[in-house]
Amino acid sequence: MKKYVVAMVDEIAPGQRKIVEIEGRSIGVFNVHGAFYAIRNRCPHAGAPLCEGVVSGFVTSKSPGEYIYSRQGEILRCPWHQWEFDVKTGQSYFDPAKTRVRTYQAEVEAGCSLVCDDGTGMAKGPFVAETYQVALEKEYVVVVIE
Amino acid sequence: MEKDLAVKTRTGVIDCDVHHAVPSMAALYPYLSERWRDYVKEHNIKSLEPNYYPRGNPLSARPGSEPSPGALPGSDLGLLQRQVLEPWSVQYAILHCLYGVQMIHNEDLAAQLAQAVNDWQVAEWLEKDSRLRASIVVPSQNPLRAAEEIHRVGKHPGFVQVLLLVRSEKPYGKRYYWPIYEAAEQYGLTVGIHAGGVTGYPIMPVGWPSHYIEDYVSHAQAFQSQLISLVSEGVFVKFPRLRVVMMESGFTWVPSLMWRFDKNWKGLRREIPWVDRLPSEVMRDHIRFTLQPLDEPPKPEILLKVIEQMGSDEMLLFSSDYPHWHYDEREEALPAGLPVDLERKILFENARAVYRF
Repeated sequence: MKKYVVAMVDEIAPGQRKIVEIEGRSIGVFNVHGAFYAIRNRCPHAGAPLCEGVVSGFVTSKSPGEYIYSRQGEILRCPWHQWEFDVKTGQSYFDPAKTRVRTYQAEVEAGCSLVCDDGTGMAKGPFVAETYQVALEKEYVVVVIE
Repeated sequence: MEKDLAVKTRTGVIDCDVHHAVPSMAALYPYLSERWRDYVKEHNIKSLEPNYYPRGNPLSARPGSEPSPGALPGSDLGLLQRQVLEPWSVQYAILHCLYGVQMIHNEDLAAQLAQAVNDWQVAEWLEKDSRLRASIVVPSQNPLRAAEEIHRVGKHPGFVQVLLLVRSEKPYGKRYYWPIYEAAEQYGLTVGIHAGGVTGYPIMPVGWPSHYIEDYVSHAQAFQSQLISLVSEGVFVKFPRLRVVMMESGFTWVPSLMWRFDKNWKGLRREIPWVDRLPSEVMRDHIRFTLQPLDEPPKPEILLKVIEQMGSDEMLLFSSDYPHWHYDEREEALPAGLPVDLERKILFENARAVYRF
């Protein structure tokens, strides 16, 4: 399991996304109402850059002329053929069993927690290089690749 | 061949498209009120024969189907019994009266004539032979009045279907037409959409053609448009027990329409969220097609492939389309080389599952 820092939290506002490259894979990182989700930027249908598509809600109906609009901001539509995928799970609407997109765990971590790891078990050497102050007070979006 | 057919048809075929004809306007006089009888006489309306099958065109009538020289094929019960019911061992034959009631721009006259045609069907046909069934003729110019007519005669056991003509004023899926479907569903009637249609609109979506062959061949496009509309507008969501039978539509185009419809539904279904499954599945559950006139692929086995591609052996219903002339020997009405099970389904089982016999 590897963690990749992909953005500062305030870089991806709610409703926005950032497309990043991790281990040769293009991955879209989405802020949905303050929570982050990462999904492979490749539509399983024809290979389109899925994460460049419109993020919208889900329209269902119980009867002709009746529209139920829900899950606003959670449904990603492929820019090529408009297939709909759940940003949170990668599942398609029309074929949830067979057609789905790989998703990855995305989380928010404090900068400090990413570097202040004292559990190395290493002894300090005799030389000390010149150092500069680095700000780690911000929070970062991290994508976890299994 | 004759013997084979006798075995096949032992249980009795169900012929889902047979045409009887109003012999002349005078035949409807007993079924019109005085006011409308005089109206028709004073306006010298002698016939509403729509000429879908022009006299003299070889397609229009099998040789020998004229009851007497000059008389309309299908206008004589005895001849129809001898040429359809007896040789085919017909269990039930569903009659469709193609008369220009749906083309009249005066909806009051249309409603009166629809009533007259239906009462004529009951008295002159349904009550004279228990093997006969018929479709209710409705004034589709006004769907509310069409529904009234269905309520008026819908309980008569001889009627099993409501007749609409495929070339309409608006696509049949629109809510404007829903009173017809509501009434049909209430009485367990199917809606039969038959070739033909209203006047005033180009019969091809690209404008008026020049020739009869263009009119005849392009009918399939109109059926496709109606099918797309019925599914997309959610008619079968609103009326889940409703079945639509397409008559003289052909069916070899069905697989390609299913493929295209399903493909585009995946991307565009947000527009029609009430269609919550593949359109092809809705079609298999709700749409049926009569057999004749049969599209003829160059090799008979191609037709079997097409039926396989439709993904259902329950969509086809046998029809002779009498008296129209599409084949010479009656056994040719059924495609050659069908598996026995499929033959049985086409000859009667599928019809039994759809119609309220």
